[in-house]
Amino acid sequence: MVSAIVFTPLFAALILLFLPKDDEEGARRLAFGASLLTFVISLGLLAKFDSGTADFQFVERLTWIEDFRIQYHVGVDGISLFLVLLTTFLMPLVLLASWGDVHKRVKEYLFFFLLLETGMVGTFVALDLFLFYVFWEVMLIPMYFLIGVWGGPRRIYAALKFLIYTMVGSLLMLVAILYLAYQHNAQHQNVTFDLLQLYNLTLSLTEQKWLFAAFALSFAIKVPLFPFHTWLPDAHVEAPTGGSVILAGVLLKMGTYGFLRFAIPLFPEAAHAAVPIIMALAVIGIVYGALVAMVQPDLKKLVAYSSVSHLGFVVLGLFAFNVQGIEGAVYQMLNHGLSTGALFLLVGMIYERRHTRLISEYGGLWKQVPLYASIFLVVMLSSIGLPGLNGFVGEFLILLGTFKANPWAGALAVSGVVLGAVYMLWMYQRVIFGPIKNEENAKLVDLSPREVAIFVPLLALMLFMGLYPQPLLTRMEKSVEATLKRVNVLRQASPEQSRRAQYERFPNRPPLDSPVILSSSKDDTELKH
Amino acid sequence: MEHAHAIVPTVVHTVSYLRFIVLFPLLGVLFNIFLGQRLGRKAVNYVAPGVVLLSFLFSFVAFLRLPQDGALVDTVWPWITSGSFHVDFALRVDPLSAMMSLVVTGVGFLIHVYSTGYMAHDEDVARYFAYLNLFTAAMLLLVLGENLLILFVGWEGVGLCSYLLIGFWYTDDEKASAGKKAFIVNRIGDAGFLLGLFLLFWSLGAKGVWTLSFSEIQAHASALSVETVTAICLLLFVGATGKSAQIPLYVWLPDAMAGPTPVSALIHAATMVTAGVYMIARLHFLYSMSTTALAVVAIVGAATALFAATIAVVQTDIKKVLAYSTVSQLGYMFLGLGVGAYTASVFHLMTHAFFKALLFLGAGSVIHGMSDEQDIRKMGGLKNKMPTTYGTFLVACLAIAGFPGLSGFFSKDLILEEAFVSEHGSWLLWLVGTVGAGMTAFYMFRLLFVTFWGETRASPEVAHHIHESPVSMTCPLVVLAVLSLVGGYFTLLHFLSPIFGEPHEPHVPFLIRYDTTLASLIGIGLAYQMYVRDPDMAERFGRQFSGLHQLLANKYYVDELYDAVIVRPVVAASNWLWQVWDTLVIDGTVNGAAQTMDASGLLLRLWQTGNVQNYALSFLIGAVAILGYYLW
Repeated sequence: MVSAIVFTPLFAALILLFLPKDDEEGARRLAFGASLLTFVISLGLLAKFDSGTADFQFVERLTWIEDFRIQYHVGVDGISLFLVLLTTFLMPLVLLASWGDVHKRVKEYLFFFLLLETGMVGTFVALDLFLFYVFWEVMLIPMYFLIGVWGGPRRIYAALKFLIYTMVGSLLMLVAILYLAYQHNAQHQNVTFDLLQLYNLTLSLTEQKWLFAAFALSFAIKVPLFPFHTWLPDAHVEAPTGGSVILAGVLLKMGTYGFLRFAIPLFPEAAHAAVPIIMALAVIGIVYGALVAMVQPDLKKLVAYSSVSHLGFVVLGLFAFNVQGIEGAVYQMLNHGLSTGALFLLVGMIYERRHTRLISEYGGLWKQVPLYASIFLVVMLSSIGLPGLNGFVGEFLILLGTFKANPWAGALAVSGVVLGAVYMLWMYQRVIFGPIKNEENAKLVDLSPREVAIFVPLLALMLFMGLYPQPLLTRMEKSVEATLKRVNVLRQASPEQSRRAQYERFPNRPPLDSPVILSSSKDDTELKH
Repeated sequence: MEHAHAIVPTVVHTVSYLRFIVLFPLLGVLFNIFLGQRLGRKAVNYVAPGVVLLSFLFSFVAFLRLPQDGALVDTVWPWITSGSFHVDFALRVDPLSAMMSLVVTGVGFLIHVYSTGYMAHDEDVARYFAYLNLFTAAMLLLVLGENLLILFVGWEGVGLCSYLLIGFWYTDDEKASAGKKAFIVNRIGDAGFLLGLFLLFWSLGAKGVWTLSFSEIQAHASALSVETVTAICLLLFVGATGKSAQIPLYVWLPDAMAGPTPVSALIHAATMVTAGVYMIARLHFLYSMSTTALAVVAIVGAATALFAATIAVVQTDIKKVLAYSTVSQLGYMFLGLGVGAYTASVFHLMTHAFFKALLFLGAGSVIHGMSDEQDIRKMGGLKNKMPTTYGTFLVACLAIAGFPGLSGFFSKDLILEEAFVSEHGSWLLWLVGTVGAGMTAFYMFRLLFVTFWGETRASPEVAHHIHESPVSMTCPLVVLAVLSLVGGYFTLLHFLSPIFGEPHEPHVPFLIRYDTTLASLIGIGLAYQMYVRDPDMAERFGRQFSGLHQLLANKYYVDELYDAVIVRPVVAASNWLWQVWDTLVIDGTVNGAAQTMDASGLLLRLWQTGNVQNYALSFLIGAVAILGYYLW
């Protein structure tokens, strides 16, 4: 089932190539249909997901490159489940929005989007580091073209910046991945890229620190964590609406997901050592992103910087290393996907009508487009974390967890909640309230049924996730606990620590057998015979 | 009256009808949003107040069924569970929340009815009532919440509705700004509230109690250390200063008068702004543990009471006078809480809800009759043209001034007595409160005399149109006037004893017993002298003390101060961060790195031009260099 989700978009993309060149409508329908189908299949995951276990489910495993033991190994747990769903959920909405905002090279646009979906879902479900890396890179190419071809005036600069930034990080990660495979060979006499086996590697603290740094840099750029964020505003401003929605909605989560799935559990001691630095950067990002967002004259840049602030919350929650923090962080990833995705859609729709994103060009929109303004209001409230809507649950749990881990970080982060209201409300006021100052705005047309249809599922989900988060939290619980156990057990179990310390002092001794198997999946144990 | 040890209402009766109290207004919201525009004004005018009336009836049922020493709890669904954190979406009715929900729905219903008249000419009436219904639902969630987080949901919810309603006439930039200011200042308070909540949760958790439920907190509060409790109480109090407009976060409330006047009555006088008082009363068992926290609450309350009263004395906008008066009266409630007189404070909350709602609705009636004029210098002589409004306004003025026998007298008197005799009180708190009470009487009667007495000062065309308001507006005025008259006899002392404990009759020195009466009589007399007998006197005073007058008229320049010290520097710093740090430093480094790459590429290219002369040249330079090195 997982493979079907990964490859349905790719399959549709290939069919797309055989469609007659001028059949734009057909191409749009095919792409939309394919993304809808993918979403429906992914709902099957939700239906059949067993929340009682931390093991990976729906696992598929094939040998891909025999010589290096590289496998096609995919599966989902309570963490990736919802990120996959977020991706497949946003995709049809974005394609539905493309009817309005993409009018050149439609077929190619759709092709790249479908390719992107394969890359994104693949990244979330890959359980083999090499496979993960391949998907990770596959994702870059369509995004590069989406910005570079369908973007705004400075699209080439933005696309290159996006590409180079991400590449720099991911190259280091590749080196680290190769090192891990090599180490596994040294310790267990076989090369493997299998994540679940690599979890059990014994690494000295120094090794961990270097490897963590390589992974963390790559993910920090993707998140983006302050001060690696400057590619983001440029990429967002230049990207077409659909590109922005997916970039903010899904791609940024690759970074936070990467921390949670790879950097933290693979190198738990290094992760602990890095907590002060990363928490500091996250808090700076929260406040900094909010302050800079506040003074942006461009709507899209404002939303882009708000992402820096929001993702700061997510990283903070992850590194709180407690259930509330991490569950809140995963929840907030989904929230941010919904609310920021919706914000970019709203900005895109008004841009289609007025061809400007400058806040000062607007004002008094409620009078002219009340439906648009009302939807904007709900989305804004979701974004600033109003209780009753989705944003609150995530933000609250993150802050609760952070406060436990480090009250000062928690206190500073709470100021982000205030600043979030400041920049959003101020922007909203300047765009929606006041008298109509610009004649152009008096001609605006309210949302069409197609556009409303895009928002209905988004708003419904915001409300549902705000009022009844339990179905999601319950499914995350076991996986989050398992990750936490992997992180914290090394810290708390003192005998283990001393063994480790011994190993570090006498590195030439034969390696210890794997320390603690925390969440071995069924397949994992099978493999070990 | 000293409180004996508080009794914990431990008997919890599970019921499932409390949810309807909140549900009805929510249905009203949906109706107004989706059908209001289509079905028209008439339908809206029946449905919007109707759902609030239903809420009131259900609250009344809950009130009647309230068991002795017990509470009704309705657990609707499990809301958030994460690790050891668990919170139910649950509602609770005990004497305190029963009283609050009756006030909220009762006064709320009257104001909904009044609004049907007041908003009769507004085309956006469905949107108005959608917000007002939503407010009612959120406020009910706030007072009925069974745990601190549900209270917080209501707390934020009323803040949102306040924002939406202040900026209801959104085409006016100033009104939209006032709404935004209210939300942001409240959020600053909420940040403190959240931190207090976190500290409370983890501190109790450290003792093995994982809960935010009020009864559980109360049962285990004694396990906490006094320092922790002090920190929790002070953080939560930051939230209260935001929502209940106390120093230093009161600044949003006077601006909030930009909203429609019934909104000012309901949200910014009778209900929402008392949320902070309610929260502290709800958590009184925590506050009682910390002398420091109580002292801070009392001092902030007393200071606010006096401070706001001095501003109210010189304001000329009828709603602004009432706004500062609200800030001041809320100060009295906090003074009461701070000296441990919880019952007195909640009592004042209730009587204040009656007479302040009445004052605002009366002001609305005046504004309505005066063709939207709000400046009292352009009014005068309304007594005969608007007799019902005048009569009810007079009752409210007497009540708030603490005139003996009316509702405000009893509650304010109790607070001042307690401020003097309580172990947490002091003569200074009492003195500040009593002086403030005199000023209250003064500025209220100044308002009454200038507005209703004397000759009219309105322009002829406005004067020609002055009329009494329609029945839908005067009816609520009369009901509230009756409540303001007799509200003092619902003393609550016994009713609230399951929450706050049985009160003792305090031993009050002879003079103190007549402080409120004296203060109010002096204040009223002074106002009479200055604005009726010798109308030029105020003018002369103003000229003589023009510096002081300017200071007060400009509200001590606090808004300007905040603007200069906080708003501008933050905006400037943000601009700097963006344009210098983000663009020049970070991006500069990144682009610099790219350029260095580029430049080094260019340089390196020189080595491999394929041009033989260049290679020969470099050979030559190299040879010369090596030779030079050896020969040196």
